[in-house]
Amino acid sequence: MKHAVDIAAAVNAKESSASAELQSSLSVIEEKNGAINAFLYVDTDGAKKFAAEVDARIANGEKLPLAGVPVAIKDNLCQTGVPTTCSSKILADWRPPYTATVVERLLAAGAIPVGKTNLDEFAMGSSTETSAFGPTKNPLDLSRVPGGSSGGSAAAVAADMTPISLGSDTGGSIRQPAALCGLVGIKPTYGLVSRYGLIAFASSLDQVGPFAKTVADAALVLEVIAGHDPMDSTSLPEPAPSLVAHVNDGVKGKRVALVKELYEGADEEVIASVKAAVAALESAGATIVEFSIPELRLGLSAYYLIAPAEASSNLARYDGVRFGLREQGSDVTEMYEATRTAGFGAEVKRRIMLGTYALSAGYFDAYYGQALKVRTQMIKAFAKAYEQADMLIGATTPTVAFEFGSKTSNPMAMYLSDVFTIPTNLAGDAAVSVPFGTGENDLPIGVQILGPGRSEATLLAAARVLEIADGRA
Amino acid sequence: MTLPNGWEMVVGLEVHTELKTATKMFCGCANAFGSEPNTNVCPVCLGLPGSLPVLNKMAVELAMAIGVALHCTIAPSTFHRKNYFYPDMPKDFQISQYDLPINSRGYLDLPDGSRVSVERAHLEEDTGKSTHLGGSGRIHGADRSMVDYNRSGVPLVEIVSGPDIRSSAQARAYASELRGILIATGASDGRMEEGSMRIDANVSVRKSGDPFGTRCEIKNLNSLRSLQRAIDYEALRQIEVLEEGGTIRQETRHWDENHGETSTMRTKEEAEDYRYFREPDLVELNPDQGWQDRVRAALPPMPAARRATLEGLLGEVTDAQRDAIGTVVELDLDDYVIAAADAKVDVAVAIARSANEIAADIENVSKLSVEAFVNTVSLEQKGELSATQAKKVLSVLLESGGDPASIAKSLGFEQMGADALGDLVAKCIEENPSEWQRYREGDEKLSQFFIGQIMKLTKGQANGKAVIAELQQRK
Repeated sequence: MKHAVDIAAAVNAKESSASAELQSSLSVIEEKNGAINAFLYVDTDGAKKFAAEVDARIANGEKLPLAGVPVAIKDNLCQTGVPTTCSSKILADWRPPYTATVVERLLAAGAIPVGKTNLDEFAMGSSTETSAFGPTKNPLDLSRVPGGSSGGSAAAVAADMTPISLGSDTGGSIRQPAALCGLVGIKPTYGLVSRYGLIAFASSLDQVGPFAKTVADAALVLEVIAGHDPMDSTSLPEPAPSLVAHVNDGVKGKRVALVKELYEGADEEVIASVKAAVAALESAGATIVEFSIPELRLGLSAYYLIAPAEASSNLARYDGVRFGLREQGSDVTEMYEATRTAGFGAEVKRRIMLGTYALSAGYFDAYYGQALKVRTQMIKAFAKAYEQADMLIGATTPTVAFEFGSKTSNPMAMYLSDVFTIPTNLAGDAAVSVPFGTGENDLPIGVQILGPGRSEATLLAAARVLEIADGRA
Repeated sequence: MTLPNGWEMVVGLEVHTELKTATKMFCGCANAFGSEPNTNVCPVCLGLPGSLPVLNKMAVELAMAIGVALHCTIAPSTFHRKNYFYPDMPKDFQISQYDLPINSRGYLDLPDGSRVSVERAHLEEDTGKSTHLGGSGRIHGADRSMVDYNRSGVPLVEIVSGPDIRSSAQARAYASELRGILIATGASDGRMEEGSMRIDANVSVRKSGDPFGTRCEIKNLNSLRSLQRAIDYEALRQIEVLEEGGTIRQETRHWDENHGETSTMRTKEEAEDYRYFREPDLVELNPDQGWQDRVRAALPPMPAARRATLEGLLGEVTDAQRDAIGTVVELDLDDYVIAAADAKVDVAVAIARSANEIAADIENVSKLSVEAFVNTVSLEQKGELSATQAKKVLSVLLESGGDPASIAKSLGFEQMGADALGDLVAKCIEENPSEWQRYREGDEKLSQFFIGQIMKLTKGQANGKAVIAELQQRK
């Protein structure tokens, strides 16, 4: 499939049309989605209408940054009239009456949302195996997971169904599937991208970001969706940063720190890729340092208190009263219980219970309160690291894509697949996963580049250096 | 009411007031009472998945105005989530303020000179309104429940007093004075019957000088009368339990207005664990000094200051006049009295007419111009209208507006000429020689007898002062 920048250029130049680009995307989806299950819902009619509108705008002389580019939307982002399920039975039939800010911005930029992609239920998982509607297969090896929670959005791009897609990243849910599917994935700085219309998992950690096959495409999508939104109080006040223009800035003179806690425990082949990436950045003119940030080891524990605590409150509204599933009960309490028992899967229930416990009177200080202190320590540790380096480098995931069922019986093993990505979410900083090298069965390996808040341009320029060094573009 | 056997009550009040903003606290929906159910709603106030709150600036401003009026410290504050399940709360949590409220540590001075501390006055959102059909009227056992989310997300300020109140009358005075302040700041319309001001009372009893007793919280106090009755009932109930050797359980009690009693809603053991934590969808609220100063400068005079102004116009003030002034200020009729004073018209009469005649028809006050009011009182003072006539003229003015002199004329109140009155007085003297004799010999009380006779003859239209003048002339 063509890259987004090429499609937009062709449509803007009237060498192609949005309707034609959509048609080729729909054909691939038609052909492959049955085996892969990337899309839960393909909005064929809606997408055709959007494509016709874009073609009319182009005919009117408009130039649009994403003219006619098909895009897949993670099914936890609201779009008016289109089913939005979070891959949960509790929202199986829910159609929102409003559209998320990020989707509005894609539409304004000429992109064509073609449908909604699978995820772990309420974005809680690392493999799409907790989806109520069946897992998504990794297009590179159908016996393996695509990663999660944004596995459907990653698979859609990896399978050439769409050139770009949107995911959300609470503890690695963009970067981990990007790594496992051989894609570029960005977890933007907290507040850079609006969360209005993103169905919350853990509000202080959630952030929407793009998947793409190239750094340039990922930069273009982020540039379109970023920037202040008055509907989101946590949205940063500054205008969106310029990213596309800086993709080829290189890393000359940049200080890159290899951080032990961001790769130790990973498979040998993964560590080898990280070290090769460091060497590639060095030969492109970066200065390499190595240090340790011991606080990062506490990230996983703090995350599994803070994220479930917020989730236990965010998911309270799925009570059968106003929307979504309702099971009958003899009184309101029984109705709540029956609805939530039938509507939520095991992982969601596990996290609601964890979070409820962590916030309970008598336990708050020991669990949630303590986790907040760890979070503060982590923010300080990162800030100190960024005094000594412009960016940090490590692995995105400990392993390449794993096989279905290999971690489902052991939640801790599954949680550990996010051990390198979680610290960035706790700090609210930016990080990018970029493919670099391959491992077992020729499966892709993702290298993670981390930077302080609003450092996306710097991180994408470094990712671009690796993309070239890896012979990908 | 005095409590028996040296018992003393200790009361603290939590007053919730809806803020008079145009839109809701976290979305752009209209904040309006009485609309068709579920018409002022959107994804945010319905708590739809993916929606986010954005704080209403006007709500912050009104909360600060309340804080300033209650002498509170305004400080950087945060929002928390109070988590519990209830169908009229769309998100199943309420956004409120917890450890860092916008206003803290203030006080309220009551008309009797006592001071009640205000611990905090914080912002929070209102819930929807439930109606339960069938059963007991509560949610459990109801056949069917209906929820109107128009009220969901309406901004509230909760004002929490210290445990400083020692009688139900003082509690009532506090609530009444607070209501006046809320109205004066423009923060609230203070309509208890519409639920825009709601009160919970924490009541305990002790022997004077002992430490505080165990308290009970009484809910559902929808009028000042209920507040006073419920506190008295609850204090006596607790005293009875204690005097019989029992102990008070900390609990929430429901006030039943019809039966005049409180009953257990839930005990402390049944109380919810609200699992408060910082609302991650909102940022810290930190109104800068300039904003605070603008709110302070824009604040109109509070009721206490306005009462002092009116009392100053009288000089010496009787208890009845103090009450009347309270009514004038409560009903916002100060302008009528002040205009009368400016026109050198009798202030005492102006206060009486405002607190009685205007107050009786307050819904129509907009029809009565200040000028017409002053003219009417002036005619009364000059003796051109009797008190009865002046009251009648005011009632017509309140009904349909107009010019006092023309109204008096159309009602046939045109001043009886001095000659006509003189003739009547002369006739009366002739018909009542022995009373006249006693009056002439110095029994001044008999002037009232003659006024009564003249009033009878004129059907109340004569002016009492003019009658006395005629009597004096003939002495």
